[in-house]
Amino acid sequence: MKKALVRARAVLRTGLDDRGLTRIETMRSDPPLTLRQTAPGEIHLVSTGAGPLGGDHFRLDVEVAEGTSLTVRSIASTLVLPGAGRSLMEIHVSVASGAALVFSPEPTVLAAGCDHAMTTTVDLADDAELFWREEIVFGRHGEQPGRCHSRFDATVGGRPLLRQEFVVGDPAIDGSPAVFGTARCVGSTLIAAPRSHGTSPAETGVAEPKSEPREAEVAEGVAVLPLAGPGTLVSALAGDAVELRRRLSWGEGRVLP
Amino acid sequence: MDGTAPGGPALNGAESTTPPAPAASSGMPAMHGLAGLLLLADSRLPAGGHAHSGGAEEACRTGAISGPEDLARFLRGRLATAGRVAAALAWSACAAAHAPKFPDIDPDIESPTDSAPTADAGAAWRLLDAEADARIASPAQRLASRTQGRLLIRTARRIWPAPVLTGLARALPDGAHHPIALGAAAHAAGCTPEQAAMAAAYTSVTGAATAAVRLLGLDPVTVHHVLAGLPYDSVIAEQHDWSALPAHAAPALDLLAEQHLRTEVRLFVS
Repeated sequence: MKKALVRARAVLRTGLDDRGLTRIETMRSDPPLTLRQTAPGEIHLVSTGAGPLGGDHFRLDVEVAEGTSLTVRSIASTLVLPGAGRSLMEIHVSVASGAALVFSPEPTVLAAGCDHAMTTTVDLADDAELFWREEIVFGRHGEQPGRCHSRFDATVGGRPLLRQEFVVGDPAIDGSPAVFGTARCVGSTLIAAPRSHGTSPAETGVAEPKSEPREAEVAEGVAVLPLAGPGTLVSALAGDAVELRRRLSWGEGRVLP
Repeated sequence: MDGTAPGGPALNGAESTTPPAPAASSGMPAMHGLAGLLLLADSRLPAGGHAHSGGAEEACRTGAISGPEDLARFLRGRLATAGRVAAALAWSACAAAHAPKFPDIDPDIESPTDSAPTADAGAAWRLLDAEADARIASPAQRLASRTQGRLLIRTARRIWPAPVLTGLARALPDGAHHPIALGAAAHAAGCTPEQAAMAAAYTSVTGAATAAVRLLGLDPVTVHHVLAGLPYDSVIAEQHDWSALPAHAAPALDLLAEQHLRTEVRLFVS
């Protein structure tokens, strides 16, 4: 059985206009990975086809230029389906000096039998700001998920800030009280902002942290974890996507006023 | 872009002019390093490891671990995540202590005070330590890791005096992360990076297992049967690029570690 594998590439780049406001310099995408501008400085990922399916390879490159701010969301959750081999979603991001990025797409749902890889690299300049939310749901309602391996690497000024991998569908890890416990989804939000309080943040909603250094906080299924570097991770486990979002939002609210 | 030099940077300090040690895991007699490995992995090593449960105490308290089956799942998950990361860091630290050449240090990370090898080695230790920091999101776990690392280096310097341990202690006065301390101590004890990684993988689960035996009154033989069946080899791999080291997260361990700090009655530090 042979299937046409989909290769889709999207590129997004901001710049400043004459008035010093953010404009979208470059916005290229291939179906089924489609970008739409929905407001000034705001882009939605619109899935114009099913998937990714096994064997598909999507790549998104985002460059947030100096002094600009960008928000990336998605219209709907991403349903990862099985197919011919492994699917890959690759995201590479750079956020320049004085720039801010909010990246908060809807969850990735791992359907039964899928085999998915997600690779994300985020390079932040020393005084860049970031709000990055990632949610993974282990199967649709009542469904056992397929396999997924995600890796997230964020650096600030070239120094490592957060590196984390999640593996779903490995018998050593599934159901382990040390990893996901009885949860059906995992999510995390990385909020990074420069340590030195200077200029007020741009119109992105990424605000300055309340105070620093902060204490870790923990509630049912969610922890607010100040990192060793200039950032905080909100990490949550939950039984379903609604509960996961509620827990993450609580944690995000503890970091952002 | 992470300022990480591929290949193991040397951290021997003054030893750096001596001929390079044999490559990490090749060309050594079969028995080489075994005594060091046994001593390092022994729970009786007076380095304070017995005070930490690796999240097992809190998991027992909340009921996430209530018997040998839960404990087995806990240990398998711990080994596949925190154990894998610890093994990779220990491998890297031990290999760095072995290797003959120094990395190109990113001047942004370490302002070059002078060009002496010890300064370079200190910067390299801090870089590896920063890679460990980036893989441990929970402040409670970072603290537990540094505390154990500091105690291990203090102990190891007296057992196996070596310039590399002095250099590490000087580079990270608040304590290196435990797997890094373990890798450096393993080098001083004559171990290969592979043996250092094995010690890290093994100690990533034995403390939790022993703690659960004590807290729940489990049959120690049953628990050792579980320990004997764990796939330690599966989490050990040769490492080169520090920025690409495994980074397997365990969100439940993060939650357990933070809850544990806020629990009033505790037998274990972590």
